[in-house]
Amino acid sequence: MNAILAQLLNGLDKGGAYALIALGLTLVFGTLGVVNFAHGALFMLGAFCAVAFRQLITLETVTLDPEKLSPWGAPLEIRTPLAQSWFGDFGGVLIEYSVPLSILLAIPVMAIIGIAMERGIIKHFYKRSHAEQILVTFGLAIVLQELVKAIFGANPISQPMPSVLRGAADVGMWLGMGPNVLTYPWWRLTYFLFATAIIGGVFAFLRFTTFGLVVRAGMADRETVGLLGINIARRFTIMFGLAAVVAGLAGVMYTPLVPPNYHLGMDFLVLSFVVVVVGGMGSLPGAVAAGFLLGILQSFASMTEIKSILPGIDQIIVYLTAVIVLLVRPRGLFGRRGVMES
Amino acid sequence: MTKSLKGIKRRTLVKSGLAGILATGVAPLVLTRGTYAQEYCNAPTGDTVTLGFNVPLTGPYADEGADEQRAFELAVEHLNGEGDGGMLPTYTPSVLTGQGVLGKKVAFVTGDTQTKADAARDSARRMIERDGVVMVSGGSSSGVAIAVQGLCQEMGVIFMAALTHSNDTTGKDKKRYGFRHFFNAYQTGVAIGPSLGKAYGNDRVAYHLTSDYTWGWTTEESMIASTEKLGWKTITPVRTPVGAGDFSQYITPVLNSGADVLILNHYGFDMVNSLTQAVQFGLKDKMVNGKQFEIVVPLVSDLMAKGAGPAMKGIYGTSNWDWQLEDAASQAFTKSFGAKYGQPPSQAAHTAYVQTLLYADACERAGTFYPPEVIKQLEGFEFDGLGNGPTLYRAADHQCFKDVLVVQGKETPSNPFDLLDHVDTASRESVTYDPAIFGGELGPDTAAMC
Amino acid sequence: MNATAKTLFSMSRRDLITLVIFALVVLAMPIWLSPLGAAYPGLMQKFAIYAIFALGFNILFGLTGYLSFGHAAFLGVGSYTAVWSFKLLSMDVIPAIIFAVILSGIFAVAIGYLSLRRTGIYFSILTLAFAQMSYNLAYSVLTPITNGETSLQLSLRDPRVLDLAFGPREPGLPSASLFGHTFSGLEAFYFCAVVLLLAFFIAQKIFSSPFGMMLRAIKSNQTRMNYAGFNTRSYAMTAFVISGMYAGLAGALLAITDPLAGAERMQWTASGEVVLMTILGGVGTLIGPVIGAWLIKYFENIFSAFNDTALTHFFGFVPDGLREVVVAISSKFVGEGWQLTLGLLFVLVVMFLPGGIMEGVRRIRGLFGSGRTPQTGAVSRPQAAE
Repeated sequence: MNAILAQLLNGLDKGGAYALIALGLTLVFGTLGVVNFAHGALFMLGAFCAVAFRQLITLETVTLDPEKLSPWGAPLEIRTPLAQSWFGDFGGVLIEYSVPLSILLAIPVMAIIGIAMERGIIKHFYKRSHAEQILVTFGLAIVLQELVKAIFGANPISQPMPSVLRGAADVGMWLGMGPNVLTYPWWRLTYFLFATAIIGGVFAFLRFTTFGLVVRAGMADRETVGLLGINIARRFTIMFGLAAVVAGLAGVMYTPLVPPNYHLGMDFLVLSFVVVVVGGMGSLPGAVAAGFLLGILQSFASMTEIKSILPGIDQIIVYLTAVIVLLVRPRGLFGRRGVMES
Repeated sequence: MTKSLKGIKRRTLVKSGLAGILATGVAPLVLTRGTYAQEYCNAPTGDTVTLGFNVPLTGPYADEGADEQRAFELAVEHLNGEGDGGMLPTYTPSVLTGQGVLGKKVAFVTGDTQTKADAARDSARRMIERDGVVMVSGGSSSGVAIAVQGLCQEMGVIFMAALTHSNDTTGKDKKRYGFRHFFNAYQTGVAIGPSLGKAYGNDRVAYHLTSDYTWGWTTEESMIASTEKLGWKTITPVRTPVGAGDFSQYITPVLNSGADVLILNHYGFDMVNSLTQAVQFGLKDKMVNGKQFEIVVPLVSDLMAKGAGPAMKGIYGTSNWDWQLEDAASQAFTKSFGAKYGQPPSQAAHTAYVQTLLYADACERAGTFYPPEVIKQLEGFEFDGLGNGPTLYRAADHQCFKDVLVVQGKETPSNPFDLLDHVDTASRESVTYDPAIFGGELGPDTAAMC
Repeated sequence: MNATAKTLFSMSRRDLITLVIFALVVLAMPIWLSPLGAAYPGLMQKFAIYAIFALGFNILFGLTGYLSFGHAAFLGVGSYTAVWSFKLLSMDVIPAIIFAVILSGIFAVAIGYLSLRRTGIYFSILTLAFAQMSYNLAYSVLTPITNGETSLQLSLRDPRVLDLAFGPREPGLPSASLFGHTFSGLEAFYFCAVVLLLAFFIAQKIFSSPFGMMLRAIKSNQTRMNYAGFNTRSYAMTAFVISGMYAGLAGALLAITDPLAGAERMQWTASGEVVLMTILGGVGTLIGPVIGAWLIKYFENIFSAFNDTALTHFFGFVPDGLREVVVAISSKFVGEGWQLTLGLLFVLVVMFLPGGIMEGVRRIRGLFGSGRTPQTGAVSRPQAAE
């Protein structure tokens, strides 16, 4: 029982990441009608916003201490972060909370990248086939990841989480199961809550603002909305920016869990497409539900009890689900009739 | 049928046939001019001899690969008489002159194995066919090392394995053309057993997370053998894919498994990730069966300890070599490496450096680069002064036998590089085993023409 | 008999000229690749093998418009089968190739049967999912068959029943052979080259046949075809299987030139690579994918070896202070950064030259001798079957 609860919790944070990526992917697909293979790269770029932010605030001055010698006989180097020498303790706090703080950097950066991508490349592909959209965004994804590789190197760069969120929360205590029965890392819980908040925010934005109303109308019937004299193109550009920000934020907060490297986007891309397809192309609630569903399924499939019955199931569960859903219910779990169907 | 072959069709056949004959006739002259003169693969003809260093620069073992590459470059420098000479003066019995090898200047090419067997073999082939290397070294993943070792055997090029720790490299997959200086999983098991028994007692339940390939499998096997000898119990091991990134789905089941020790048969970034994630899950602070929960990492290196940071504190493992060893050879190497790169060498760097020196010395003693003669010089060679004390290159399986270090993550490091405590040494005798237990055959030493 | 043979072997004059020129170019590779630094057997073998892979992929994508993102799975199946044939039966390449093509064909039937129930992006995702499943399984539970991460290799104790029935076990690892003749590196290249020519010839026949016309019709309008009473799925299925067999053949040749099969060659990025090759060269054309394959393999093997020293030499004419800047910037695009150049090139091609290099060639030819170039079936844009 506890083992099942533990895996359920584990599925939630993984599912949160899937859901966030799939949400952005669906926004782009639902509004712009574009299949964006570069969406995983946006997630990766978000993660590297956190890396860049930390590298900026931990720029160091190096002084040599001739008194002490390193084992190979050179004077020992003393490194002081600039932030610390300028701001004192406050600088230390900055470094300590670099990951959550880099959200502030990621929002404008990702918005600019998203809007530039849409204006520069994507908008030329609205009228071209899905295959061509896949191809150009796939190429773009390669360019983005190689750029990151050229700048940050090929190795993963770990991002420490704030020390207050290190260690595990005693979830079992909260549920009245006694101490140390069910524990779960604080940062993973935070990630889940963060994902939920962002998802809630996006839904509220679409539901309760005029902008959202127009976009939802555009998703349902683009031509009619255009005929009403509303500049739908500009709104769609903003939606692309929004999707990029959502993917980027998902990436920023993910960095303490797995140190990001340039390939992170490609690893998530396939998964997120599977999530979108399972949820139903163009369905926002579908993307979110499928994200969590697949996260939890993947966790359960890793349980020894299940693996002993179905060996290797943990390796393929996500794809297997996608195949079954596509074959049995091609619209996905929540998809509308007529989207991407022949 | 015959009729339809008339006309255009027959012309096609004749024409393409002619083209083929023309091309086959001319091509070998162009491509392989000079090849006929040599009696073995890539015999050096000019005044340089080229070595190939094939290391992972991307993928989960990239950190180790980069350090190996640094050491290779340093070794080439020292062989050519540049720099401070490193371990050249301490190495005995040595005939190295510091003026290249057999009077030829040493040059090298490098390649990225991407920590993948396919890519590594491609890269090694490129070195042998395009760059004409006479020896390949490198590794960092046993899967890669075994794949490249197989290729080298076919091509007739000596493979001086660097970082590879699987029993199979010099066990069931051993090759006449492959040599390993690094220790192996079996020796890890033998060496670490007593320390684990002393620290954690004889009544423990171990949970294994294992990298799903040859190194992981043999490490798991060796660790189970040695811990069960102590009286520990083992829960069915769980295999994890290499480069998984997020190991949380494999760690959560540990919490409720009843195990009180987690053995992480992971290496490189995989180990850094799984260890830090395990610590995040509170495993190190947990009490199970009335005992403190413990984590063991069979094979550790400085680079991993650095990557894992505080999570590494107090964790037991084994090493082939450590830069803090106090013998003259280790000190000389650390000084030389540190001066050039501003950081101490890792065990991967050490073994890469040593292998290059050993190969060069064997050529020098053989008086030729002709592989069968070089192999004869390496087989059964007894040497000292390369940081591991007296060492034997056993002829039966091309495995080096020397002391193995048991290390522990340091609680209070005195400087950023002081990460591992050297807690015990398993003697060369204690880690020597019968080569027959792993099977395998070395195969012939006949020279091949690439 | 005569009639079938006639249709089998008769070709249009244009096709014949193409075939002859192509044969000359391929067989003369050791000569003209020499000044380019690429005339070593390992790379030339790859040129021939990946050209076959791309040719086959193009039969599916170029003709029917079905964009498969999982074609590398068939390549992997071909490789594994060939290595197993070496291990169990014989080092002769003929059984290895036959088994590899048959097994990858069967694999393609199974995956195609399910995937072709959907079109457009759903088809792409399905093939991607199947390929990833194959890859992940090959890496984990199928280890007894695939040897997982370590890769499947020959060993000294392989049974090789056929070989050992005719002769004693020789010391050392055997290499691939044809009727008892063991291949050297260059011979292995010529073998691959001959297979490539054969594969090219078959592709030519498919392109010019009524079957090829049907496939093109699926691309332009599948619904209309269905209404007209054609069973489009069986045509698409045939194309899918043929294309899977081409991939299997390429996989077998990979194992012949180097008897090792690793799971990485089934990963989806490997499938993405063949897509890149096809688009870069020119989808839907015969020669295009081959050129794309050569270009990418050349980039990967030669361009990637460019380093700062070579660049400094190359930019020798630039004044001193400026040279460092130029070298620093351009070094991001060559050497280890070659994939960045490739990605940029690919984006530009998809945006401005949807017909790939072949369209570029046609446009340039159009500029000079306008009107003389025949336009028929030369270039098509990538387009999904929807």
